[in-house]
Amino acid sequence: MAVATPPRPAKIGRLERPALTGVLVREIVNYSSYWRASAFSSTVEPTLYLLAFGFGFGSIVSTIGGYDYVEFVATGTVATAVLFSSAFPAMFGTYVKYAFQRTYDAILAAPVDTEELVSAEALWMAMRASVYGCVPLVVGIVFGLEPSWGMLVVPFIAFVSGFGWACFGIAVAGFSKSIDNFSYIVSAVLTPLFLLAGTFFPLDQMPEWVQALSLLNPLHHTVQLVRNAVFGFAGWTDFLRFGFLIVFGLAMWRVAIRAMTRKLID
Amino acid sequence: MTSDETRNRDRAAGVVAGVDTPAVNGDLAIRLRGVVKRYDEITAVAGLDLDVPTGTCVGLLGPNGAGKSTTMRTLTGQSIADEGEVEVLGFRLPEESKQARAQLGVAPQLDNLDVTLTVEQNLLVFSHLYRIVRHERHAAIERALEMAKLVDRRATRVDKLSGGMRRRLLIARALVHRPRLVLLDEPTVGLDPQVRQELWALIDALRAEGTTILMSTHYIEEAQRLADSVVIMSHGKAVAKGPPAELVAEHAGREAIEVYGAPAKLAEVEASARAEGFRTRRTGTSVSVLGIEGADGRAPDEGERRAANLEDVFVLLTGEQID
Repeated sequence: MAVATPPRPAKIGRLERPALTGVLVREIVNYSSYWRASAFSSTVEPTLYLLAFGFGFGSIVSTIGGYDYVEFVATGTVATAVLFSSAFPAMFGTYVKYAFQRTYDAILAAPVDTEELVSAEALWMAMRASVYGCVPLVVGIVFGLEPSWGMLVVPFIAFVSGFGWACFGIAVAGFSKSIDNFSYIVSAVLTPLFLLAGTFFPLDQMPEWVQALSLLNPLHHTVQLVRNAVFGFAGWTDFLRFGFLIVFGLAMWRVAIRAMTRKLID
Repeated sequence: MTSDETRNRDRAAGVVAGVDTPAVNGDLAIRLRGVVKRYDEITAVAGLDLDVPTGTCVGLLGPNGAGKSTTMRTLTGQSIADEGEVEVLGFRLPEESKQARAQLGVAPQLDNLDVTLTVEQNLLVFSHLYRIVRHERHAAIERALEMAKLVDRRATRVDKLSGGMRRRLLIARALVHRPRLVLLDEPTVGLDPQVRQELWALIDALRAEGTTILMSTHYIEEAQRLADSVVIMSHGKAVAKGPPAELVAEHAGREAIEVYGAPAKLAEVEASARAEGFRTRRTGTSVSVLGIEGADGRAPDEGERRAANLEDVFVLLTGEQID
């Protein structure tokens, strides 16, 4: 018996829009059932940081680097909101969908490959980060932060940074053998990066080696870019910072695809 | 299937955007040759040859661990064979697995529905994933709902559905894009007999439409009832292939006699039957003497006569009991 006649060259390739759209539609439809909880955790936590540090330390430290301390923290916690709405959901969400819900098995049985799956998931989380990341600015405005045209660039910065952090989270989920291992990543990687991002205090008073290491911290560049967008861009150094975030995002994207391919295709 | 039906089917399948639909002319929908899949020290599939002609329902029968699910994963490109050739709908895997998956529907053994979504939302998501064009999407979802008899449940969240309804939804999800080939991995495992009957009716309707089906199961009755042809797998290999009736006739004859009794008596019956040249198989409480038709006088004179069945074949060929 002959094998079924091979079709004409199919119009199917890599990173196709229908595949990306399909995964995004799934996320959007699902989001309608859990958006309250997601929005709450991703915005309230950074806002609490803003209020606690801004008004707590703000009563002791009035200005930092010429900025009102509340303004300093309001711009800094944008990066925190980006991290909380991208890296954390990516880690836990990816692991749950892979290991417990087996959602990815269902998606990969359709004409979607791992590269498209990871890309769409990261894009979705980046989109959310670009919205949630702006919440601290809105809260800051309520408490006296002066609106500026540069704020319009912040969602874009949050999107690029959120994409990288989402891919980071997906990669962690892809390489982890157990969800318990996430504790190591949170304690040993994310918390130090979060504390040394320049969100709550400027890094120029820190030892030189800390300042040097902070140049490798994408969260630090996010903080600085947002701050500069709000208070005034710093020229070519901002381009370098933005370039760093793009490189971080691209590198993490490839790592995440590799990790998930190993996990999902045996 | 008539040529008109075939044309209608192809046209309907054409709702999948950007995917060509080759002609269906009694060709092979699945062709595996010498497929081997290893996981470290374990060989899950050990040189499997498998042909699934288009328009037929083939049952992959075997106990747990026989390699059925690994074979299914290989056909969707989620498991890459270490050796051998895999062709699905004319596409070579793993290179062209995405093209094959566009025309393939999969109902997995483990429920992976989005439980917080409604029935209709689950189908909507997969109508996008399977690239059904916008103006055909609504009709495709309606058709899948009707086929799975879930029209009245369209707005029900999946976590409020019964086990049987969830399984029907899994099958509906696999059919939403009118695939040319459907893979059903243990479609009725864990369901009560009544729900199983409902699902059998659904699968039967698919067969009647001419959809090619590869169904893995470890239920003998399921394979015997639904499959045009059965492949019995054991330890990653196909140990017998053919229509159920032919397999039974070839390996177990037409009739069997089943003798119950104490272990000593069963051993005695077994020994004397073998001495007469009969094939026998043991179950927990009985021994079956096979191929007794036309053997009056030589066959045991006590016990219950019954028709030989696929389970006799399976146990004879593999030495394993199955459900």
